[in-house]
This record gives sequence, structure tokens and C-alpha cells, in this order.
Amino acid sequence: MILGYTGKFLEIDLSNSTFKNVTFNDKLLKDYVGGRALAAKILCDRLIDKWEQIDPLGPDNILLFLPGPLTGFFPGGRVCVSGKSPQSNGVVGSTVGGEFGVELRCAGYDGVIVTGQAEKPVYMLIKDSDVEIRDAGKIWSKDGKETNRLLNKECRSLLSKRYPHYGEWKEPAKVYIGPAGENKVRTAVVSAKWTHAAGYGGYGAVMGSKKLKAIAVKGTGPLPEVADLKKIKRMINTVSRHAYDNVLWRRWGTGGGGYSFAAETSSEPIRNWQEEWHDEKGYGVDQFQNRLWVKQAWSDFGCATNCMKIAFVKSGRFKGAITDNPDYEMQAYLGPNLGIFIPEENVFMSSLIDDLGLCGIQTGNVMGFAAELFQRGILSKKDLDGIELKWGDTKAFASLAKKIAFREGIGDLLAEGTYRAALKIGKIKGKDVLQYAVQSKGIGIGAHGIRSGKDFSTEIGYACSVQCGDHTSMTDLPIDGYGSEVWEAFNDSAVVCNFSGGFGLPRNLKFDFYTAVTGLKLTRDDWAKGGGLKTLQIQRALLLLGGPDVKWNPKVHDDNPSRFYEPLPSGPYKGKAADRTSVRDGVHRYYEEAGWDENGVPKPETLNKLELEDVNKALKKLRKKSEEA
Amino acid sequence: MLVPGADFPHLCAQCGDYPCVGACPVKALSVSKKTSAVLVDDEKCTGCGKCIDACPGRIPHVHPANKKIVICDLCNGNPQCVKVCQEGGWNVLETVTRSEHPYELYARRPEELTRDLATKLYGKKAEEFI
Repeated sequence: MILGYTGKFLEIDLSNSTFKNVTFNDKLLKDYVGGRALAAKILCDRLIDKWEQIDPLGPDNILLFLPGPLTGFFPGGRVCVSGKSPQSNGVVGSTVGGEFGVELRCAGYDGVIVTGQAEKPVYMLIKDSDVEIRDAGKIWSKDGKETNRLLNKECRSLLSKRYPHYGEWKEPAKVYIGPAGENKVRTAVVSAKWTHAAGYGGYGAVMGSKKLKAIAVKGTGPLPEVADLKKIKRMINTVSRHAYDNVLWRRWGTGGGGYSFAAETSSEPIRNWQEEWHDEKGYGVDQFQNRLWVKQAWSDFGCATNCMKIAFVKSGRFKGAITDNPDYEMQAYLGPNLGIFIPEENVFMSSLIDDLGLCGIQTGNVMGFAAELFQRGILSKKDLDGIELKWGDTKAFASLAKKIAFREGIGDLLAEGTYRAALKIGKIKGKDVLQYAVQSKGIGIGAHGIRSGKDFSTEIGYACSVQCGDHTSMTDLPIDGYGSEVWEAFNDSAVVCNFSGGFGLPRNLKFDFYTAVTGLKLTRDDWAKGGGLKTLQIQRALLLLGGPDVKWNPKVHDDNPSRFYEPLPSGPYKGKAADRTSVRDGVHRYYEEAGWDENGVPKPETLNKLELEDVNKALKKLRKKSEEA
Repeated sequence: MLVPGADFPHLCAQCGDYPCVGACPVKALSVSKKTSAVLVDDEKCTGCGKCIDACPGRIPHVHPANKKIVICDLCNGNPQCVKVCQEGGWNVLETVTRSEHPYELYARRPEELTRDLATKLYGKKAEEFI
């Protein structure tokens, strides 16, 4: 057994209400580490033969909650949520902060694998090796805050009753869904803590389709044994020192971006990306800090950065709204993207989105899309069930968000996500509305535009990423270079925070950390040519297989949304746009470097070299098809 | 909890009258002369939990492995949590010398602290949020 792992995974079959321990061999764990990479491998091994027929929202999908060997040791606890995505029909490794992964490992598990579908709502309580599937009738249909409150109450009283002399139980770590997940909204999230969410991928809907409301876990054991504890302690101090020294980050988190990504780099979505520049100083992070933050320092397990804050609206129309930062993505997508430039209203929207269990990015994206259609007269007030969806009208957007979460009226259509909604609306209205959908292969683009060229986002970043519009998994040439997706794949597999690279840490520190935990030697190069590349190939293969409702044609879909080819209308970078020829060239060079053929399908020799023969076999029919075409 | 994941410290406050020490039926608890911390004699402790009930903050805790009571003993005057906090750069914890002070006020249950925070935030409407 490799050090740094507990040695077993918990597999739950909800159809039969049974569970068992499963193990994976050392070679597999060595190659795929954990989290996103391991998720891709598990899904590939079990489902690739029938991938195209599997409904992501049906009983055959597998839902995975996988921490990695670094979870609990590397400052900042995270866990990776994965499965067949109802957004891209591929695999997305969606990570979420919080103590779930740490508690799970202390309870003795390296991950949870959920299969099947429960008959009626259930939740799971894991206390060390005691696993229970419990009735969730009372918490079903409750919003995020209420779910948390009821679960904490029930779990703590259960634990107190079972272990009367233990003392006070700290709240168990939880992952859960809100009403949106229950209603299988494709933009639903798996929430953790209170304001944290695994958004990309839409796994809230998968959890909802399995009628699994929540998993609560309490571990009282130690973390697994490691190879070199002394070295780990030293490295934790190094990471903490760097994290702490990042003063602006500690003070403002990513919230500083709400102003700077617009005013300085012109890459923030404004009114569904019609613009990317504003100079609203009233939307600066200092305004959030002075007017709204009631708690300055808040972090996940062991992180010294404290990038989270608690924002609370004390007076006015939206009194009582409470959420975290909001972080940059929420500030952008639930702010300027909807024409909202008032901090209080942004906090209210963010708080509402948390409560409903929706993804702020994907839902902000689809609401912005709907508002642009309203602006252009394609969707009328009648189409929108009487909502006058004007830019900046917070109440209107709030009622639309509720409609989406409960799939009422127009909400039912928009709950399918931007791409699918655009197809349907286009059909109904007889117009090409896909040009207004700012998404890539079913996943709404993160709030980092590419037109100005000043942000970290790259021109092929969204087009070639195996996680599509996911801004936390962008890629660039060369494929083993600094901007490549393989490093994000390692972050999501280890599992550590994406920002851990941003503190000026030595680049190989995470790999040394892995070596100190597991005792296995892994260099950056090993990962880029081995596990990292294998992960990309598997994810790419499953993305292209797709189905059952939509499929991707690399020739058409390995591209940016058409909006990015329109010139920026304002700001210091006015007139700049992405260039179609240059993007096309970049995409083809990326194909070559990744070992994909001219149609974007991984080549047989690439796959065989990486020992992915089963993937190769499954892709044969795809190659045939593209030849015929 | 009002804000899940926003932690409340829940540690021994070294009350002036030490109700836990008085409640122990086997005299396993004593007060350190050096630090005023409560010390647990593992040999005597039976893990009965009477000290938990006696504590105004329900702070003592049964260790899951050896089933003995755990109470913060201030690491014999050199608390490691403070050390790691300073090393890690949080700079939140520091050591102070004991002085005349109503220490019992710190011995609170997390629920009570949550209620206080909710009242601070929501005023009269606090009960609805707890």
C-alpha cells in the first residue's frame, strides 16, 4: 500500500441501499494520484463502453467525491467532485473547498463512489467506519442554509446520543445540494460548508437525480501515515509563509478582481460580455470591505491566506443577505454581467444563489444570455413570464433565478444551461441565438475574457481545455509549458487549491510535497508526460464520445464563443478581438502536441504509448465517423 | 451553526472555581500550580464524562482511541498551538500571563457563541436564523 492513502474507498449503491469498501491497486494510484485524474480513470474503466448511452442524470451515472493524497496535509482542504457531466457530457473534475476531504480521510476513506439511484430522498452519515444511509424526507426541498442547520442539528444530536461521553461534537463536514440540484437543474452545484460550491460540471443535478441530499462525515482518526513527516512540516511552513505574505490576497481574497479585471485588464463579463471594461470605483473591493464585511479572516483547513470573508447586508432593500466575499467570479457574473454595479445587490444575489444551490457562474451566464435576448427583443416580457429583464434590475434577476432553481415556466428552459437553452430558443424563435451564448462545449465561460489579451486567459484556453469553459482548467501551448492544463490537472488530483501556485512558491514544491507524503518520486516532467497527459487523453476521449443529448464536433466546437471575435466596444483595449485564423492555428498546433489527429481525436499511437488501449478501442467508431464525414 | 465552517474556539478557560475538578469522582483532575491549567491523570480517569456535564462550556472531550478525558493543559506553559500559529503566520494566538480576570466568561458552549453572533448580526430577528 502506498503511504499517504488510507487504503480504501467507500462505494455506495443507492439502488440497493448497500455499501462496501473497494480498493485500487498501487500502480493505478501511482499513475492517477487521486481527485480528478482518478475520477477520469474510474469513469473510463467502468463506463467507457456505453458512455454515449449513459444519461448523466440517470441511475447509471457514477458520482465521485475524491480527495487526494495531499488533502489534509497541504494547507487548505479540498475535495474533487466528478462523474459524467450533465453540462459537457464529458468528465469535469470540479473541486470544492472545506473540510469534507480532510474529515473523510480521518474517517479512513480515500473517497466516496456513489452509484445507482435511491427511491426516496436520503442522506449519508459517515462516522469513521460507521456508514449509514438515512432518510432525508425532512431536509429535502430545503434551501442551503436550512439544510445546513437541520443537518447539523440532526447529526450532532445523533452523535451525542451514540457517544454520550465524547463531549461536544464539532459540526460534521458536509456536501449537499439545494433545491436546484433536487430539480436536476443543469447549472446546480454540490455545495460545501455554506458558500462553497463545486460548480463546473453541474454535479448538483447528478446528486439530485440520485436523490442524495447530502453526505455528512465525521472522522476521529488520524490522517494516514506519511513517508517523511519532518519534511512535510517544513513544507507546510513554507506554504503558509508564502500564503501569509501575500498581503493583498489575505486582505481582499479574489474580491479585488471585481474592479481590476474590468478597469485594468478589460476581461470582465459585462451585460453578457457585450463589454469587458468598466471603471466603476463604487464597485471596488474596498466598498465591499467597508460596507459589508463583518468577518475579515476566514479560511479552509490550515490555510493562512484567509481569502474568504463574510459579507452581510445590514440595511436597505436587501437587508439580511449574507454570504462570503463574494469572490471575483460571483462579483463579476452576478454583478456587471447582469448590469448590477452595487455591492449590496451583488451580495444579495450571491446569497440567493447559494441558498438555491445554483452555480453563480453558470446561472449568471444563462441569465445574462436571457437578458441580452430580452434587450434584442428576441425574448419578450411574455416569454419571460412577465419578468421585465432589464440590465441591473436585481429583483427581476432574483425572480428569474428562483424560476430556474424550481424549473418553473421559462426557468425550466434556462435550467438546461446556456448551450441547450440557446438551441431550444433558437428552434422556437427561428433565429440563430447561439451567437449570444458565451460558452464552450456546454460550459459557460469563466469570468476571464480573452479579447484584451491582458488576463491570464489564453486564446485557445477555453477552446482546447478538456473541461471546456472552466477558467480553473485553462490550457495553453506548449502542452508541457507553464500555462498547460496538466498542472491544473495535478492541482485537482492532489487535491490542492488552484491558487497554491500563485503565491510565488517554487514550481516543483507541490511535487516534492507529493513525494514527502507518498514516498514515491514524482517530478514535474513525470507528471506532464505520464499521469497528467493520461488524464487529459481520457477526459478528451469521454468528452468527444459525449451523448446522449448533445455531441461535440471538434471542427465546430473546439472554438471560442463567437462573442470573443467581436471587437471590444469600450475601454483602453477598444477594438481588440480574438483572431479566427490565429485561434484555428493554435488549436491545430495543440492537437499535434497533445497527440490528437486533425479532427481532434486522440491518435491510436498516443493512446497505446500511454497504455490506454481501452480508450483507443472506444474511439475507433469516432475516427470512422470523422473519416466518413 | 450560523455560519458553517466559521469556527468558534472551544477550549478550557481555566475557571476560577474549577467545577470539573470538583465533579471528578476519582480525583483524576488537578490544577497545575505553574500554569493554572487542568491536568488529567490518565491512570485514574475512567472516562465517565462527569466533568463534561459539570463544565459550563462542555469543553472536556473523550479521546476516541484511549477513552480518557482530554482537557487543554497549556503544554506546561509552552502551548504548541500558539507556536504553530506564529510559525504559520496566522498570528492570531498569543500567550498571556494569568491575572485577576473572570475566566469563567470564556467557558461557553459554541451554541451560545453562535447565538451571540446572530444577535449581533440580526438583532431581534436572530432566533429565526439559529
